[in-house]
Amino acid sequence: MEMPKPKPEILANKAGLIARLQSVLSRDAVIEDPAETQAYECDALVAYKCAPLAVVLPSSTEEVAAVLTICNEMGIPVVPRGSGTSLAGGALPTADCVILGIARMNDVLETDYDNRIIRVQSGRTNLSVTGAVEEEDFFYAPDPSSQLACAIAGNIAMNSGGAHCLKYGVTTNNLLGVTMVMMDGTVIELGGAHLDAGGLDLLGLICGSEGQLGVVTEATLRILAKPEGARPVLMGFDSNEVAGACVSDIIKAGVLPVAIEFMDRPCIRATEAFAGAGYPDCEALLIVEVEGSDAEIDEQLGLILEIARRHSPVELRESRSAEESARIWLGRKSAFGAMGQINDYMCLDGTIPVSQLPFVLRRIAEMSGEYGLDVGNVFHAGDGNMHPLILYDANKPGDLEKCEALGAEILKLCVEVGGCLTGEHGVGIEKRDLMTTQFTHDDLDIQMAVKDVFDPKWLLNPAKVFPLDVSGPRRAA
Amino acid sequence: MDVIETEATLAERLRDAQEPVRVLGGGTRGIGRPVQGKALSVAGLSGVVDYEPGALTLVVKAGTPLQQIEQTLAAEGQRLAFEPMDHRGLLGVDGTPTIGGVVAGNISGPRRIAVGACRDFLLGVRFVDGAGRIVKNGGRVMKNVTGYDLVRLMAGSHGTLGVVSEISLKVLPTPETVATLTVHGADGEHALAAMTRAITSPFEVTGAAHVPGPEPAVHLRLEGFPGSVEYRVRQLKSRLSDLGEITVETVPERNAELWRRIRDVEALQSAYALWRVSMKPGAVYSGLLPAIEQWAQCRTLMDWAGGQCWIALSEDEAVSLAEAHGVEDAADGAAWLHRNLQEAVADRQINQGGGGHATLIKGADALRAAVSVFQPAPAPVAALSAGLRQRFDPKGILNPGLMN
Repeated sequence: MEMPKPKPEILANKAGLIARLQSVLSRDAVIEDPAETQAYECDALVAYKCAPLAVVLPSSTEEVAAVLTICNEMGIPVVPRGSGTSLAGGALPTADCVILGIARMNDVLETDYDNRIIRVQSGRTNLSVTGAVEEEDFFYAPDPSSQLACAIAGNIAMNSGGAHCLKYGVTTNNLLGVTMVMMDGTVIELGGAHLDAGGLDLLGLICGSEGQLGVVTEATLRILAKPEGARPVLMGFDSNEVAGACVSDIIKAGVLPVAIEFMDRPCIRATEAFAGAGYPDCEALLIVEVEGSDAEIDEQLGLILEIARRHSPVELRESRSAEESARIWLGRKSAFGAMGQINDYMCLDGTIPVSQLPFVLRRIAEMSGEYGLDVGNVFHAGDGNMHPLILYDANKPGDLEKCEALGAEILKLCVEVGGCLTGEHGVGIEKRDLMTTQFTHDDLDIQMAVKDVFDPKWLLNPAKVFPLDVSGPRRAA
Repeated sequence: MDVIETEATLAERLRDAQEPVRVLGGGTRGIGRPVQGKALSVAGLSGVVDYEPGALTLVVKAGTPLQQIEQTLAAEGQRLAFEPMDHRGLLGVDGTPTIGGVVAGNISGPRRIAVGACRDFLLGVRFVDGAGRIVKNGGRVMKNVTGYDLVRLMAGSHGTLGVVSEISLKVLPTPETVATLTVHGADGEHALAAMTRAITSPFEVTGAAHVPGPEPAVHLRLEGFPGSVEYRVRQLKSRLSDLGEITVETVPERNAELWRRIRDVEALQSAYALWRVSMKPGAVYSGLLPAIEQWAQCRTLMDWAGGQCWIALSEDEAVSLAEAHGVEDAADGAAWLHRNLQEAVADRQINQGGGGHATLIKGADALRAAVSVFQPAPAPVAALSAGLRQRFDPKGILNPGLMN
């Protein structure tokens, strides 16, 4: 992965930078010792590593503004970092950058149940937002798999989704307002506790901009009353086509499940060996979850089961208790861990039109054979967000490169059938160089024009999202 | 009028244009400051490009009539869940509303509180910017975070950043059953309480509106499968019984009519000037409404559980305001109220730290030309918007001045 060369003048003046940062932050909030900065050398995309020049851990919006003002004046690149759980390398440092970690800013600032909002500092973890309101039977809907660790700041940067977004939407649909610090230190507020923009929807533009337009320090989020209950049903099919048709029929029937999860045979087998959830050994497995009161759930599941039976399932398992529900979810929730047990893996995130599922799964299986690398598929079928997991051996020379080449082929396929490179993980550096397969020059140029407006010197989260040759002239300007 | 029939022609026109253009779909939503410029209609860019009911996705050209889309979806038991308002009655205009106009204005109806706004249902757009470049953003899949999200930026940009040519939408199944609970006599704090209890319950209320007046009432809508709706009606009724007499409407046509009237703000159609205020419900009731009472006799309608407040001023009242504040005519009186409304909405004492905006939706050209129709933003935010406009529309030809 090509990264811009660190600027020698920045590296040479590290002491000057540290002195200025220390003048606005407490001693323990500025990390410069290479032994310690190394902890920030990568995020969850561990294949790429680069220790930053320094790390700062501010405690307030004012401190973030002070840091950015300094870095802007000195021309130092800044990489904002939430919890470092990006699978796309969204928080990968450059050697001449300052990592701006938001983890110390994790307070709840306001909880207002009547108006259904919570305002938090953006370093707060996703799950702990729900944790702050669940006593009153409320929750925050977006639920990325990393929700125990990932920060709201990162969720906003990547517009994160989760298993339940078929019903509740992704981050942008649940984000009402932000406090954001611009690269020049200016603090602005976008949105608030109200439901729409009074002018241009800049909030919508910020969400998903991968930390390249500003540093979000506070967020106002929509919280919702918890449903009375939820229950999954598990169904096994002897082909991906049939499972795909079943998904489509459920959606057409007017039921809107909160989640429709799909696992293919390689993934089912790995999961069974790892977690022993008692899944049937079949080609494709669906977990469909619905919400409501007991009677409402019965009504919806009745309809779903009736549809499923028309597709001759090899297994139908309806949960009757909390334990059975947990058991049905157990395998799905341990799928990533199970695959990791077998080998190193790369998790892709392409999204395709639901109608293309059977074709794409078949092509992935063929390509897996051609490359000689196993691929398991576990994903959100209701919205076409695939998560092919490519297994490789990091210790075997050339395996990572082969895995990346296969990954790129799969993502190109997703774009070819009318989909996109990434549904919820973000571009980061991982998909950066594939952007031209999905976008034309003009498509990318106008996105970069947005960056010009918010961060004219191109200092925020450098070398992400846009291919380096495409962004080169702007970065040099 | 220049009626465009292909995206390529649209790009050519904008590439060559040196003078301002006034972008139109069906021309039924004259929102914003009046624009001087040659009319350019995208109504000829019409038709369904792709519809996959099993994937809940629809791709249409921007000039496609809304009615045609609704019919296409209804044939498959689906709909545009964000329930776009029809402005024709309110603004007293004819014409054929198009999906492009809906997107340009981010037009959403009562169901916004449950399912989201127009912008939340947009999967992708194609548009032509002010330099004539064809741009796509987003796509036609449910989840897409590839690159910056210009889709949401285009929604509600009123054709000032680009002219949308094609739109991908998420659609939803139309529920089998609908019921409306009406809490009779609920007004003021009681109305807010009824709506708040409803939307903070787990019962998925898809409409919550308060109609003040001599016979005030709160309407609460439930949708879904029959057994489920029946269950939730029962539950909600028992939670609200202390707030007024409750009746339940289950006839589909009457429900549709009731919510159409709320959606289209029919009760306030005769207004001389009409504003839409977006604030958190608590701030509307304890901050904004008392402030308005100090200034003028206005009629109001609250939707979105109080989060969207429609404020109507009659011509007589506008004249009284003009007299009381020593300004010339009704338009000046309305302009006086407009400035006070926007100041109030920006006041942290009134918005309770939650922000908000007041937008003039209906008013004579002279009035709309004299005021900042959209809520003015603080300087750094206004500078960002201006910077975006400069880059998306370097010649300054797309609906210039409409939003600022």
